[in-house]
Amino acid sequence: MTLVRVHGWDAIEVQCLPADWHNRPSLIPGGVRRKIREARGAFEHIFVAYGDCGTGGALDEVLEDEGVARIDGPHCYQFFAGRDVFEALHEEEPGTFYLTDYLVRHFNTLIIKGLGIDRHPELEPVYFGNYRRLVWLAQAPDADLEERARAAAARLGLEFEMRHAGYGALQTLLAEAQQAAGEH
Amino acid sequence: MADVDDDLDLTTLEDDELVQQMHEDLYDGLADEIVEGTNILLERGWAPYKVLTEALVEGMRIVGIDFRDGILFVPEVLLAANSMKAGMAILRPLLAETGAPKLGSIVIGTVKGDIHDIGKNLVGMMLEGAGFDVFDIGINNDADSYLNALDEHRPDFLGMSALLTTTMPYMKVVIDTLKERGLRNDYMVLVGGAPLNEAFAKSVGADAYCRDAAVAVETAKAMVDEHRQQAGAAA
Repeated sequence: MTLVRVHGWDAIEVQCLPADWHNRPSLIPGGVRRKIREARGAFEHIFVAYGDCGTGGALDEVLEDEGVARIDGPHCYQFFAGRDVFEALHEEEPGTFYLTDYLVRHFNTLIIKGLGIDRHPELEPVYFGNYRRLVWLAQAPDADLEERARAAAARLGLEFEMRHAGYGALQTLLAEAQQAAGEH
Repeated sequence: MADVDDDLDLTTLEDDELVQQMHEDLYDGLADEIVEGTNILLERGWAPYKVLTEALVEGMRIVGIDFRDGILFVPEVLLAANSMKAGMAILRPLLAETGAPKLGSIVIGTVKGDIHDIGKNLVGMMLEGAGFDVFDIGINNDADSYLNALDEHRPDFLGMSALLTTTMPYMKVVIDTLKERGLRNDYMVLVGGAPLNEAFAKSVGADAYCRDAAVAVETAKAMVDEHRQQAGAAA
């Protein structure tokens, strides 16, 4: 949405699914199918900016069924960072927990509350006991976000690292969609 | 599932009511109550295996169904699992002493490059509850690590878990290594993890894909039965 607003890509309308489905991937395929069907007829092209996002291929089955494409990659971390960078980060430290700008902003809601750690602190080591560092894959970094990202790492007891990833493949894809719309 | 009643005295409940209450306490992730209920049933002369199967495993089976149906989510399942673990900590030494029935054994671990173990731990716990000896070799296992554990424990099953699309192909490396060393037919191979599916399991040469802990238990039990029937027929 930020990209569309900043670039004035008025040919594109963004529809979102509930953010807390980040923790409930089984809900994503059905939710995406409903959005696609609602949008049919109102738009020339429909595209899904989700990765597989932990749906175990179920999202791709829905998309194949509906004849709609999605951005390539298993999750947003990879399409923001790019495959090579993401794989290098993982190779360097398999115990890496990733945040995007969105997840930094909503860390308490989606991670701490979403995973039930606020109510049950005993779950924190169950989720994060094997992680060693937190990498913030920053889209549009500023001092406030960096402070929050560092605080998130400290909250989980992880080393902090920032990588300026930008919007990666998402930006390319939306720019192409806007350009294609302009040519019609 | 149930209203929490802080004043409920578990010792006043009949056995069947207590077991029902323990199912509800497991569902609600109340570890202290599960410990108390476990001890009460043992004091009443219940065999450890009966407590395990009727109170704990059955309770977790209900949790598993509601997780599969999208009624419960990961935090609730983990709390339930923590509660079951608390009960099993009491029962484990007693089960060893009383010679509870054993269905088989499994070496289980997360593959190389992957540190995610929540699903793997749930599967291990449920298999143990079902009567399997579980040898958990942890996270980030390369082929040698799996093969060393197989050599040491000589289990019926090898279980491999992965949460990442980038790490799940390593399952094929392990299975191919088993084939190269002429060991593939010595073990039944189960695979699982969020990004996997049946087609992937087949493509890497596994014997079965287990989409969750309950399915892993059902699959392992069915394969043991089939294996024994085949062995009986061949004898």
